[in-house]
Amino acid sequence: MFDIDLWREIFQSINKNRTRSLLSGFTVAFAILLFTILFGIANGLQNTFAEAFVDDANNAIFINSGRTTKAHKGNQVGRQIQFKNEDFDYVKDEFDEKIEFITARIYKNFQASFRGEQNVYDVRAVHPDHQFLEKTKIKEGRYINQNDLNNKTKVVVIGRLVEDDLFLKTTALGKYLNLGGIQFKVVGIFTDDGGDNEERKIYIPVSTAQYLYGNNDYLDQINLTYNPELNYDQALAFSTLITKKLKNRFSVARSDQRAIRVRNMAEGTKAVSQMTVGLTFIILVIGFGTLIAGIVGISNIMIFIVKERTKEIGIRKALGASPKSIVSIILIESIIITAIAGYVGLLIGVGVLELVGPSLKEYFIKDPGVGNGLVIGATLTLIIAGAIAGYIPAKKASQIKPIIALRND
Amino acid sequence: MLKIHQLHKSYPIGDSSLHVLKGIDLNVEDGEMVAIMGSSGSGKSTLLNIIGMLDEADSGDYILDGLPIKNLTEKKAAVYRNKFLGFIFQSFNLINYKNALENVALPLYYQGMKRKERQEKALFHLGKVGLTDWAKHLPKELSGGQKQRVAIARALAANPKLLLADEPTGALDSATSHEIMAFIQQLNDEGKTILMVTHEEDIANMCKRIVRLKDGVIMEDEKVNQVRAQEHV
Ligand SMILES: Nc1ncnc2c1ncn2[C@@H]1O[C@H](COP(=O)(O)OP(=O)(O)OP(=O)(O)O)[C@@H](O)[C@H]1O
Ligand SMILES: [Mg+2]
Repeated sequence: MFDIDLWREIFQSINKNRTRSLLSGFTVAFAILLFTILFGIANGLQNTFAEAFVDDANNAIFINSGRTTKAHKGNQVGRQIQFKNEDFDYVKDEFDEKIEFITARIYKNFQASFRGEQNVYDVRAVHPDHQFLEKTKIKEGRYINQNDLNNKTKVVVIGRLVEDDLFLKTTALGKYLNLGGIQFKVVGIFTDDGGDNEERKIYIPVSTAQYLYGNNDYLDQINLTYNPELNYDQALAFSTLITKKLKNRFSVARSDQRAIRVRNMAEGTKAVSQMTVGLTFIILVIGFGTLIAGIVGISNIMIFIVKERTKEIGIRKALGASPKSIVSIILIESIIITAIAGYVGLLIGVGVLELVGPSLKEYFIKDPGVGNGLVIGATLTLIIAGAIAGYIPAKKASQIKPIIALRND
Repeated sequence: MLKIHQLHKSYPIGDSSLHVLKGIDLNVEDGEMVAIMGSSGSGKSTLLNIIGMLDEADSGDYILDGLPIKNLTEKKAAVYRNKFLGFIFQSFNLINYKNALENVALPLYYQGMKRKERQEKALFHLGKVGLTDWAKHLPKELSGGQKQRVAIARALAANPKLLLADEPTGALDSATSHEIMAFIQQLNDEGKTILMVTHEEDIANMCKRIVRLKDGVIMEDEKVNQVRAQEHV
């Protein structure tokens, strides 16, 4: 099959007819370039969208309390429901087999300082499981652990940007941070995909916070993730069950929407996956549109090339070229041009995305880019389509009588 | 070499058709050098193209070197053209992006000859027409006479039995024409059968036989005393 002379003929033809080769290559390169950029942008949009939800585990349930809005079992309206450690333990024990991770939260807000630098930060007092719920990534040191809870140690885990803000260029690990007038030892630094805001947070052990600030056992919020094997309906049933049991426990009316609030992320997850389906559809439409435009372009070029080469084909036939050799010389030439041009278009497209990608973040386009497999697939499709589209004019050319081809001038 | 019997050819023109060849009978022996003459539009090129298998007749018999030429597939026709026939055209028909040597080597490529052998052979034939020094030049860098010599070298390269030339000197001045004719006569001397279409009496008289076409039939067919082109160069 590999016929070096055939390839020599083809490369000579490409090389000696540069304008023609460049023009046809340009169309293909342009199609692939457009395809890459459009697809990249679509992917960037999808990334932005996905990112908005990756911050927290999407099998999470958040439980908050508030004031009652309805009188119930002799209780007045406007009673404040306050979660305590015993409520946390109740939820943990009651639903043990369905819970993956569970943590409480106490929200605080403190001025933090180190040497000359100071700033105000959100401080969250949490259990060790909080790390997995919030998808916190430890960069250095460790997270809050059970030992911290037991001993009410004064330790903090700080966000990457807190370290940047307060410790400037030095490492924070092992140093003491002044938090609202009390010295805490920095035992860990974390990063978080949830954005800058999430990386300006400070975590302390829940028991330490209760001891230092009011010496009580109050909790602001209970967060948990359920066993990921629960399906959508089971997950919703689970949060309904939690709601019901907690309302009973606090003697809250069933219809009271404020006193006990249980938010299940599964509901959001469903919307996300529907949105993703929509975006994928748009991407597919864009991709196919560009590809079809490219294919039409290639077919036109092929017809043009064959027309331009009619006389040459006539000469070759008069000299004894078989129809097969005519078809292959035209087809292979177009395939080579398509492949090379497609690759060039791809390189330029990827380059453009790399260059302008970062500056597109404010337009909700994050990390625009395309998978290699996808683009190779697109190029292959173009080549195959080009070959099929080119085969018809090439075949026709190979069958015209040489005298007609020769007269063509 | 070839036998033609009652050959007919017409071209469709709109609804009607133009009957160009109306029963041609022609035999050509090995080693002949035949000029085909006739007024413009009399069907000279049509006849030559049919003989060269570039076109097909509507009816009649055509036997080339013992092989009946009828209803050939393109594939078979390609083999016959490559093996039996060499063409020289009025407009040269060189491939413009190939240099002289590559043009001459092309029929050898279609014979499946190895590259090195091809080039040697092409260079040899270019030498025979006196163009060794022009081997690497593109057609556009050659004069008309030089282009026709490249075309002759190309027609010869495949070592055909029959050389067909349609007004080979039609685009050349008379001195260059005689030069080209000298080559063609030399080929005939070496034993090649030659059929050529021409308008010019003096060129026709450099052949050994003149066939005159009129209204689609052969009006006159005579042997002539060959005038040597060399004497005019
Ligand atoms: N493909 C074609 N379709 C229609 N008519 C054609 C075709 N080819 C040739 N003819 C007609 O057939 C007739 C003979 O043409 P041909 O080319 O054989 O003439 P010729 O003798 O070679 O003339 P010239 O000396 O001008 O070259 C002409 O009238 C020409 O117009
Ligand atoms: Mg003619």
